[in-house]
Amino acid sequence: MNIAVCVKQIPDQSVPGKLDPGTHNLVRDGKLILDDSDSYGVEMALQLVDRAGGGEVTLISMAPNGEVSGIRTALAMGADRAVLVSDPSLAGSDALTTAKVLAAAIRRNPFDLVMAATESTDGYTGTVPVQVAEILDIPSVSFAKKVEIENGILKVQRQTESGYDEVECPLPALVTVTAGVVEPRYPSFKGIMAAKSKPVDVLDVAALGTGPLTTSQEIVSVRAAEERASGTVVVDEGDAFRQVVEFLEAIKVI
Amino acid sequence: MANATQTPEGLFDIDGLLTDEEREIRSVIRKYVEKRIKPDVAEWFENGELPARELAIELGKLGVLGMHLEGYGCAGAGAVAYGLACLELEAGDSGIRSLVSVQGSLAMKAIHAFGSEEQKQQWLPKMATGEVLGCFGLTEPDFGSNPAGMRTRAKRDGKDWLLDGTKMWITNGNIADVAVVWARTDEGIRGFIVPTDTPGFSANLVHRKLSLRASITSELVLDNVRLPEDAVLPGVSSLRGPLTCLNEARFGILFGALGAARDSLESAIRYGMERIQFDHPIAAYQLTQKKYADMTVEFGKGLLLALHIGRLKEKGTLRAEQVSIGKFNSVKQALAITRECRSILGANGITLEYPVMRHMSNLESVYTYEGTHEMHTLVIGEALTGLPAYRI
Repeated sequence: MNIAVCVKQIPDQSVPGKLDPGTHNLVRDGKLILDDSDSYGVEMALQLVDRAGGGEVTLISMAPNGEVSGIRTALAMGADRAVLVSDPSLAGSDALTTAKVLAAAIRRNPFDLVMAATESTDGYTGTVPVQVAEILDIPSVSFAKKVEIENGILKVQRQTESGYDEVECPLPALVTVTAGVVEPRYPSFKGIMAAKSKPVDVLDVAALGTGPLTTSQEIVSVRAAEERASGTVVVDEGDAFRQVVEFLEAIKVI
Repeated sequence: MANATQTPEGLFDIDGLLTDEEREIRSVIRKYVEKRIKPDVAEWFENGELPARELAIELGKLGVLGMHLEGYGCAGAGAVAYGLACLELEAGDSGIRSLVSVQGSLAMKAIHAFGSEEQKQQWLPKMATGEVLGCFGLTEPDFGSNPAGMRTRAKRDGKDWLLDGTKMWITNGNIADVAVVWARTDEGIRGFIVPTDTPGFSANLVHRKLSLRASITSELVLDNVRLPEDAVLPGVSSLRGPLTCLNEARFGILFGALGAARDSLESAIRYGMERIQFDHPIAAYQLTQKKYADMTVEFGKGLLLALHIGRLKEKGTLRAEQVSIGKFNSVKQALAITRECRSILGANGITLEYPVMRHMSNLESVYTYEGTHEMHTLVIGEALTGLPAYRI
């Protein structure tokens, strides 16, 4: 069982982020860390390989600079190797270009399953994984809360608004993992120290053989999100419960 | 509300002085403490309890126990990484850091440094995973700073050893599977590995503590404890044995205490930004800002000193009096910081809803254990003058 896990290295969210005033892209020149939402896919992949009794977990990532510290975190959790596509020409790539690059990087090694988070915490387009599946010409199952593999068949509990669907499809396939559905392991200190010597193939775009990549999407302007309107204050004069019930009925919670 | 632009550590660009690996280890422990320790520690403290077994297994999985030792299932991390782990643990509670210090720096270190190959193979791997808990018996009811006066005695009886005596203020004593006990013998001070189920060994819990309540503190009683010949640590027969281990534990403390200080400082800054008096957050008043500035500068200086001492340790040139300087400074400043933070939190500061007074009362113990503040003062004085003031 060989699993490719797409992971993104993002600016540390404890440091206030900045947008480039010219391109409106997020500035990524500082230290990058592993996107927390990717740690669930890494954890699931490690468990699946473990259950299958063998195989490798390969991390697939893309960054405009050669930053690897976020990748090292996932290697310290137990992933075996990483492929990092690093090329200055990728700065400001749109979702489709990103998907093309990731798909080309995934193809370099044999894989049974591709895993990704449903969306990244910094970009939030949520479109890259299904595009990757389309380019690789494999089925994709999004919003997985549980993933099992039986006799070469992928069985997924796919989260919906009211519960979950049970979905099956043949391998190879791509799964996006919902955040919070597994408990990502902490990297052990031995893992952290071993991660230093795990292989990270750093490639530029030319080495991928994708041909020329052009980003056709442009961020024209950025506006601050509207401030949330303040909520309704219910003062309890003996009938507050009625108002609360009416409110909950109105929004169809009860 | 205004946004703070710097954390106390950010202000000093501490991250720039660390390797990727050190930052990674620190961040793992920080997350663990946020998630596992901070939500429950006030309750443990209030009830005077600690789920030490559970925590030891978790800490073992992370690789914290004996992390700075080489081989035998230990991670073999550097001194600064170990210090940073202690700092993050103590940002949770000094009791948690004490659990780790005693296991790794005292009990495991003693076996690692002075044990036979068989003893190391037998004990260290299971202590590294947290399956086996250790404690360390040096201090006695009447001999604290002056361990050379110890009354605990070991006599040869045929091929066996017989141990008699009492040890006091022993962290983890009641839950330990194995105790490293130091005793006077005809051949000098020697260390013994004592499984705690050996007949004649008993541990009594110390009750009514006002400090380190989330930590198990015991008295060990050795009443004619019979041990086989191979229970003795072969590598040392003087006070150099226990003092080597204590130096290792002190090293963890000189980082650790700063964790309690940082957590208090962060808590006091958050509180000051939210607490409105006279229509302004109290953090906006100059008196509060002066407190923040004074505390942060002391915290940062302390951390820079700790890092310097850590790098000396990694180079292998660290001297005992330099560890004294670090412990002296870190604990003294941390205690002062927690007290000042308490004043910022006002009445709220005296409750367990905030970590500040819990840290403060813990640090009262830390000030005294692993070499009292007074002893470290005299060690520094002796280094400067050549005159050992504690021998008058």
